[in-house]
Amino acid sequence: MTRPRAVLLVRIAVLAGLVILLEICCRSGIIDPLTVIPPSNMIASMIDNVGSGDLNESIVNTFSTIILAFVLAIGFGTLAGALIHRSSRLRDVADPLLASYYSVPTFIFYPLLVALLGLGKAPLVVLGVLSAAPAVMISTLSGLDGVPPVLMKLARVQRLGPARTLWWIVLPAALPRLFTGLKLALSYALIGVIAGEFILSGTGLGYAISFAYQSFDNRAMYGLMLFVLLVAVIANGILYVWEGRLARRRSTG
Amino acid sequence: MSDLSLENAQSMRTSRRRIRAFDAAVLALLVLALWQAIGSWTKGVAVSPPLQTLVYLFGLLRTGMFWDHAAATLEAFLLAFVLSALIGLALGLIFGVRRFAGDVAEPILAGFYTIPKVTLYPVVLLIFGLGMSAKVAFGIMHGLVPMTMFTLGAVRSLPPVLIRTAKVLRLSPGRTMRWVLVPACLPDIVNGLRLSFSLSLLGVLIGEMFSSQRGLGFLLVNGMAQHNVPLSTAVVTVIVAVAIAANTLMLRVGGRTRRRLASIDPAAE
Repeated sequence: MTRPRAVLLVRIAVLAGLVILLEICCRSGIIDPLTVIPPSNMIASMIDNVGSGDLNESIVNTFSTIILAFVLAIGFGTLAGALIHRSSRLRDVADPLLASYYSVPTFIFYPLLVALLGLGKAPLVVLGVLSAAPAVMISTLSGLDGVPPVLMKLARVQRLGPARTLWWIVLPAALPRLFTGLKLALSYALIGVIAGEFILSGTGLGYAISFAYQSFDNRAMYGLMLFVLLVAVIANGILYVWEGRLARRRSTG
Repeated sequence: MSDLSLENAQSMRTSRRRIRAFDAAVLALLVLALWQAIGSWTKGVAVSPPLQTLVYLFGLLRTGMFWDHAAATLEAFLLAFVLSALIGLALGLIFGVRRFAGDVAEPILAGFYTIPKVTLYPVVLLIFGLGMSAKVAFGIMHGLVPMTMFTLGAVRSLPPVLIRTAKVLRLSPGRTMRWVLVPACLPDIVNGLRLSFSLSLLGVLIGEMFSSQRGLGFLLVNGMAQHNVPLSTAVVTVIVAVAIAANTLMLRVGGRTRRRLASIDPAAE
């Protein structure tokens, strides 16, 4: 057995063991069923709740908001990053800001955003963009910094136009770091939107979870939680696998 | 000749510094103008303008009520931060030295870092009940993983010769940690502390915003609910100022430890 496979197997065994342990603890009453319900019930509840169709609107709402925030964050972040990269003066101003941006808990602006934009989709999108765009900016900057000067010289020697230089030289060279930004942006947009819905909102999955909690509907709450977490893990997992594939192609090409 | 170029370089450096200071001042003015614009544009229903906020803040700082809430947040945050830092450091060192365990744990930790942990807050509340311990637990859920991951990464990228030297000197595991691992990883540990600091603060504040009767997060949401706009704007200002100040301080400390390490061992840079 090779080492990576052994690592993977042990990892799966650890996770499965934890789930089984939780199941046993819940079933035998060591953990109060009013606190945590057994994992098997969580899965059943997730299938019931999501399959019933009552939540379709919330699900569509939440994910369209996340995708909108994600796309906007990528657009803004890349543009701003490219712009800042061009001017060293802007860079001197932006660097300290970016370095301390994530130390400020963005959520504290959410009540202000709600008061400013109303209780709809808009404050959630803004919150998502506020938490995701700087990560894209940072990774765009580090990606552009990482393009070897010799490649830019090559582009000049070949007399490539700006668009072609971007497509054939800059983008491939900066791709690994850009991808890091993409991954972070997805999870930050997801966290931002769902957390916003959770704290103060009238629609969406986050709200549904908080509503279930406040009406003591533990079964629904755990089912929905599991659903949200599964979607988050799968979305991040897809990007992770994709990134690995790109990296492999780079190393062989 | 060399004197002249030295002087030249120095004057260039000072002029660059002057430009930087000028740009920073312009930026600060822009932020204030934007703040003022939003404040007067919405007629103060969402954000109160800077001057009014500042005046309100000075009044607020003299009330015992504010310090009560601030103390509640501070207590929960400090507990969460110290616990995340210590546990994260220990876990990171163990996972860094034991490669197999580290390989098993790393993707699990990274996965946990990227999930929306807010959704898990009700579980924390069900387990710990409303109050201080739930906030602390939620802060640790946010702050623990970055500390662990940074420490783990730092230990892994250490030159193997250091660990071999510790073995040759027959240092006990505790002494290896104290005299070899921690000093060599210090810059990354400071970085991990910085992230852990801001994330555990975030966790505590979210906890207070969602359901709590005390703390700055509660004060903020409460101010909004009672349409006391200057109050919530003032609370946001305080939190932002504290967060940025702490972060800047730790960035400085991190830079200093990195330079010090580099002056001892240039290869570490």
